Amino acid sequence: MRSKMKLDLSALATCFAIYAIIMMLMEAEVIGAFWQLNIVLICINIILAVSLNLITGFTGQFSIGHAGFMAVGAYVSAVFTVKLGMSFALAILAGAGAAAILGFAIGLPTLRLQGDYLAIATLGLGEIIRITILNIPYVGGASGLMGIPRYTNFTWAFFAMVITIFFIKNFINSSHGRACISIRENEIAAEAMGVDTTKYKVLAFTIGAAFAGVAGGLFAHYFYIAHPASFTFMKSFDILTMVVLGGLGSISGSITSAILLTFISAGLASYPEWRMVIYALLLIVLMIYRPQGLFGNKEISLKIFSRILGGGKHGTAQNK
Amino acid sequence: MALLKINKLTKEFGGLKAVSNFNMEINKGELIGLIGPNGAGKTTAFNLMTGVYEPTSGQIDFDGKSLLGLKPYQVTQQGIARTFQNIRLFSDLTVIDNVKIAYHFHVKYGIAEAVMRVGRYYPEEDVIEQKALECLKMFKLDDRRDEIARNLPYGEQRRLEIARALAAEPQLLLLDEPAAGMNPQETHELMEMIRWIRDELKLTILLIEHDMSLVMGVCERIYVLDYGSIIAAGTPLEIRSNPRVIEAYLGEEVH
Repeated sequence: MRSKMKLDLSALATCFAIYAIIMMLMEAEVIGAFWQLNIVLICINIILAVSLNLITGFTGQFSIGHAGFMAVGAYVSAVFTVKLGMSFALAILAGAGAAAILGFAIGLPTLRLQGDYLAIATLGLGEIIRITILNIPYVGGASGLMGIPRYTNFTWAFFAMVITIFFIKNFINSSHGRACISIRENEIAAEAMGVDTTKYKVLAFTIGAAFAGVAGGLFAHYFYIAHPASFTFMKSFDILTMVVLGGLGSISGSITSAILLTFISAGLASYPEWRMVIYALLLIVLMIYRPQGLFGNKEISLKIFSRILGGGKHGTAQNK
Repeated sequence: MALLKINKLTKEFGGLKAVSNFNMEINKGELIGLIGPNGAGKTTAFNLMTGVYEPTSGQIDFDGKSLLGLKPYQVTQQGIARTFQNIRLFSDLTVIDNVKIAYHFHVKYGIAEAVMRVGRYYPEEDVIEQKALECLKMFKLDDRRDEIARNLPYGEQRRLEIARALAAEPQLLLLDEPAAGMNPQETHELMEMIRWIRDELKLTILLIEHDMSLVMGVCERIYVLDYGSIIAAGTPLEIRSNPRVIEAYLGEEVH
């Protein structure tokens, strides 16, 4: 067990090292404005993908309404900073809280549904959230909520991402997380083993929604605007693609595919007419050759790196 | 006092009476068999006891408390664990994780403690790991702990399912056809194991079985179910010679 703590600390140290390196490269202007934007976008996408993975990959509840929760986070946090003049940290928390409450309220009735039915219900709910926002003049309606100050920077996005990853990783590796995974594996058996399946489905949904709200808040405060068109079901599909591509039930998979897909769509930005074609082809090829996603349900971890470097010194603790 | 007391339990699916007027009394520490021809309603009876189905009428009392209206997970938390006729493992998880999940409802640490890995998280996880290992050792599965459950041979999957049910630390264990699909050698080993579990862990066990040699060899009392009703109850010897049981299994004699 203590080796788990050691792994946690070294993972945290690695995160700080990555942060320092990227920060230095940004200061030295090796990374230009375009890639800076994409790095922040990567952090936001990782938060979205990892939080959806908790719902879809670990708990096995197929949800395609994630952009809806992101929208709630974006708008609520923007209202807090723009209209109420609150601090950014408080606004982000409020966005997360609002998304969590909505996730709970929506999860309670819809999580009785299974498989495709749940997917359709969440798809509809995501759209309902968007259309509702579209019709609230207080937040700008169809033209969006403008004049949001740019509070999000690389530091905010990066550490929000680190907190998300650690939160969900630690949750998954606890008894509560195992309860969620058991629902994915076999709901009847989970129930027979004393797991309150409804409670844990709703819990996973609520946590996932809260982090989508955080991502939404960061997103709105980076692009100066919260616009309903940013949160259509296409955005939900984007997030789902990252999760499926990385592997359902693999946090490191979600991280990798969020980085990969953000870079690919950024790299193809100068060929707008080809972008979607190449993007789609890439997905088709990957799905043919790796239908379980890049990582399946495995995790890459520091343990593996240390095994490669240090020659087979492995403990029993899991994950980074 | 009886640990499990079932009184006039009836379940109707539309016009079909799957279980009717089912009475059963199990005392602490007993090893009871429930047998009957295909479609007699044995699994339905199990599903009624574990809260999967709601009975149309009747009473189920466990340890002096009524189980009616409880959900399956609540029944398990009361102290009844079960296995399934068709194996239902968490097949993509490791052997040890399968067992760990059964300890879940005994866990006291909260989500905040889990996420920050403080407080009761490490001590309790240590205990879970240790208990899970002990449980696997009992079923000679400890060398398989990191294997994915679906990759185990059939007999070991059956054993793992029983191990997982015991990990929930029940007072009453319900086994739904534990020997289904096993060869005679494996069935014999299982029989020994079931008797050993009962003595070692001071459990009460109710098992459904088709394999007559297993039921007759291991159970102290047997209930026979046919068309949803109990047609006989008694010791293996009494059951073996009961004309109604023979009739249910082999058909009526031609006169």
